[in-house]
Amino acid sequence: MESNRYAEKPDTAQAEPWRREAESLLAPGESLSAGLRLDLDAELHYAEGLLLVTSRRLLARATHGTGWQEWTFRPDLRLSHRDHAGVGSLELFDRAARLGSWRFTIGQNPAALRLADAFEAQLQSHLSGRPPEPPEEEGCPKCGAPLDAEGECPACARQIHAPPSTRTLLRLGRFARPYRWPLFWGFILTLASTAAAMVPPYLTMPLMDDVLIPYQNGQPIDVSLVTLLLGGLLAAALLAWGLSWAKTYILSLVAEHIGSDLRTVTFEHLMGLSLEYFGGKRTGDLMARIGSESDRICQFLSIHVLDFITDVLMIAMTAAILFSINPWLALATLLPLPFIAWLIQLVRDRLRTGFEKADRIWSEISNVLADTIPGIRVVKAFAQEARETRRFRAANAVNLAVNDRVNRVWSLFSPTITLLTAIGLLVVWAFGIWLVSRDRITVGVLTAFLAYISRFYTRLDSMSRIVSTTQRAAAGAKRLFDILDHVASVPEPARPLRLGEVSGRIELREVAFRYGNRSVLRGVDLAIAPGEMIGLVGHSGSGKTTLVNLICRFYDVTEGAIRLDGADIRSLALADYRRNIGLVLQEPFLFFGSVADNIAYGKPDATREEIVAAARAAHAHDFILRLPQGYDSLVGERGQGLSGGERQRISIARALLIDPRILILDEATSSVDTETEREIQKALDNLVRGRTTIAIAHRLSTLRKADRLVVMERGRIVEVGSHDALMAREGAYFRLYQAQARNVDADAAGAEPPRIEHVKRGQS
Amino acid sequence: MTADIRLERNAFGRLVLTCADGETVEGVVPVRAFPIAAPDDGIALVAPDGREAAWIERLDTLPAPLRQLLEEELSRREFMPEIRRIHGVSSFATPSAWSVGTDRGDTEFVLWGEEFIRRLGKSGLLIEDSRGIHYLVRDLKALDRTSRRLLDRFL
Repeated sequence: MESNRYAEKPDTAQAEPWRREAESLLAPGESLSAGLRLDLDAELHYAEGLLLVTSRRLLARATHGTGWQEWTFRPDLRLSHRDHAGVGSLELFDRAARLGSWRFTIGQNPAALRLADAFEAQLQSHLSGRPPEPPEEEGCPKCGAPLDAEGECPACARQIHAPPSTRTLLRLGRFARPYRWPLFWGFILTLASTAAAMVPPYLTMPLMDDVLIPYQNGQPIDVSLVTLLLGGLLAAALLAWGLSWAKTYILSLVAEHIGSDLRTVTFEHLMGLSLEYFGGKRTGDLMARIGSESDRICQFLSIHVLDFITDVLMIAMTAAILFSINPWLALATLLPLPFIAWLIQLVRDRLRTGFEKADRIWSEISNVLADTIPGIRVVKAFAQEARETRRFRAANAVNLAVNDRVNRVWSLFSPTITLLTAIGLLVVWAFGIWLVSRDRITVGVLTAFLAYISRFYTRLDSMSRIVSTTQRAAAGAKRLFDILDHVASVPEPARPLRLGEVSGRIELREVAFRYGNRSVLRGVDLAIAPGEMIGLVGHSGSGKTTLVNLICRFYDVTEGAIRLDGADIRSLALADYRRNIGLVLQEPFLFFGSVADNIAYGKPDATREEIVAAARAAHAHDFILRLPQGYDSLVGERGQGLSGGERQRISIARALLIDPRILILDEATSSVDTETEREIQKALDNLVRGRTTIAIAHRLSTLRKADRLVVMERGRIVEVGSHDALMAREGAYFRLYQAQARNVDADAAGAEPPRIEHVKRGQS
Repeated sequence: MTADIRLERNAFGRLVLTCADGETVEGVVPVRAFPIAAPDDGIALVAPDGREAAWIERLDTLPAPLRQLLEEELSRREFMPEIRRIHGVSSFATPSAWSVGTDRGDTEFVLWGEEFIRRLGKSGLLIEDSRGIHYLVRDLKALDRTSRRLLDRFL
């Protein structure tokens, strides 16, 4: 698969050298379990080291050339793993002290985690005498994640750490296949139109030799011959015009279609990707990829490739014709060609870097604009208009300087091409005259040659552009295929179970979730009865939102299972399952459209009565009527003109309209003031009634209505119970509650840590 | 406010801070407040729970043994190789694989895009690779001609 070529090669190739060395260290009966190539030394300099786990001991060589250290397994050994800012470390402890510590860059982290696991397993097995449990399944050699059906690691294939190659462009073939017939005809037309363009210079030969020169020598002009030749010229011109039109039309059409297919397919694929993917990408980046990259590829196909093929054909045909007329003169004409091509390439190259630089500088200018205009209130409030103007002027000055430099080369470029053409013509003239003087060729042949060659050099210029445009298009194609190669991490089941009437019973069994290498949730067990309201509380980062995301199946659990009415949610059709979930988020998102459209987002065929009923229940009806066009008022991307509370109530109406069995409130009231919160709370009370509800709230007071509170800490459930029961227990919830009550005073009294400005000598 | 502190490394390799009032914190970590702009000014000793346990105004006013201990710990923690030379780049279109010489030895990395090169002041650059490791170019003008020319294509 092409997709795999750009993914980093599994470790096996790199692993080989150390494996051989490691095996020579083993005692009889000892086996190698895991190895880690260390690429940093203790002072964090790049250096090669090696860490090995065998069935009996841990072996380490800090850097190349130093000796091996070993620690035979004993009960109090402990290997701990940490990573910070791109550097990972493994440290070996016993009860009394640290025995060793090793560093490596983050790229080695998966191997390090595997080594730490292997250490634990081998140590336990060594102490208990039982063989270590075999790994559950054959995982990816790089990160240990389970492989997909094709034996590729979905996690590693995603991380592309390789530069683009022009070969990426070949993958566009998949999109070109439906258009192979138009493409074929396009090619034939290109061939024909280029050939037609070859005719006029050819006809100058008989015009010279059989008409004009005989006339100069005293013979009358043969009118019928002239008519024939001129007619031929006209016909050739008309033919070339028609063919070239048809060719350009067909091929541009195909290119535009390919570009549009590429866009649609990418967007469709993007919509199918899980939230995990969007979490790591910036909106602007994705927009640019789908919008401008596909456009760039389309341009490349329709303009640059087309021109290039035409040029190559033209040069090949011209060369063939010239050689057929007179090989010697042809040789003299074509010899300087490579040299001229080289010269053009040289200038082009400089120009290209200049243009690229100018492009980037331009983005610098837009950065200043993008910074200043949205932040204009801050700029004015701090009276920094002059400074922003200075910043803009500086960026603009750089832009000017870069463009000046480009223009120096650029202004030279066109005249240079003309000069080169003139020199080429000069060579042909000189050699041609010499040949004519020797009666080796006729004047007509020389004229034809001159006519052919003058078109030659200008084409070389456009041909020289193909290198850079190909590179750019390849980079664009790669960015698009990055998206297309991404495998959805929430797969649709092959044979989904049908979901009948849902009661809303949710069970979480031993749920664990890892994000990359980081473990976010561990061993979460929870059963939620139909119609029950659960309040999720805990510090930020304790895994509340992750848990909710898992229940919505925005991600899939790493271990364990989530069941709805006894059926694993992974066995249900995604759309079917999510239809039963209503989600109200902290930041309600309104799409561009009318208020009614926004309320009916989850159920586009809802009647007006239903929409109004939902709005009433969400306490949104009154304020919607106050809007200038009522339910038909337009609201923008973020609902301009609506307050936070109003937007929130529209989103509650949206959730009410689909009448879900399960309701999820993720900090639904935390971004509004207490007054608005009370209003929203009333709307929410309508929403919650009779539904299984999971609510996350920062303000614990908003969860008073919850049947049970679930307290989370560091990815685990630490307490479950009612408010009163948990308060009586004086555990984690009690502390949270107390902290919130104390919050205001504590903030005010914020203790300052001891400061050291000057420490007297000898006190450390 | 001046406080006396004592700092020691225990057998587990952790730094143990003893404040003036006799309170001890095990496993403090030194963190530079301005790692690029002023690396030697403002160093916080952060306790394992993420709380600031002590604040050191300037590294060079500390007594030698304490400073040495801190510098040693910092050098084991901070990883921001300083690029001294660019040996080569795989292509001028990104992503592009770079082969560089740094103050920590030679290495290779992949640059995702031009936007991952951040300007620092007038002539400094901070380059983030595809794995999130940062590389510093302290002074663009101090690089040799070849490196400058290669880098120039990305700026």
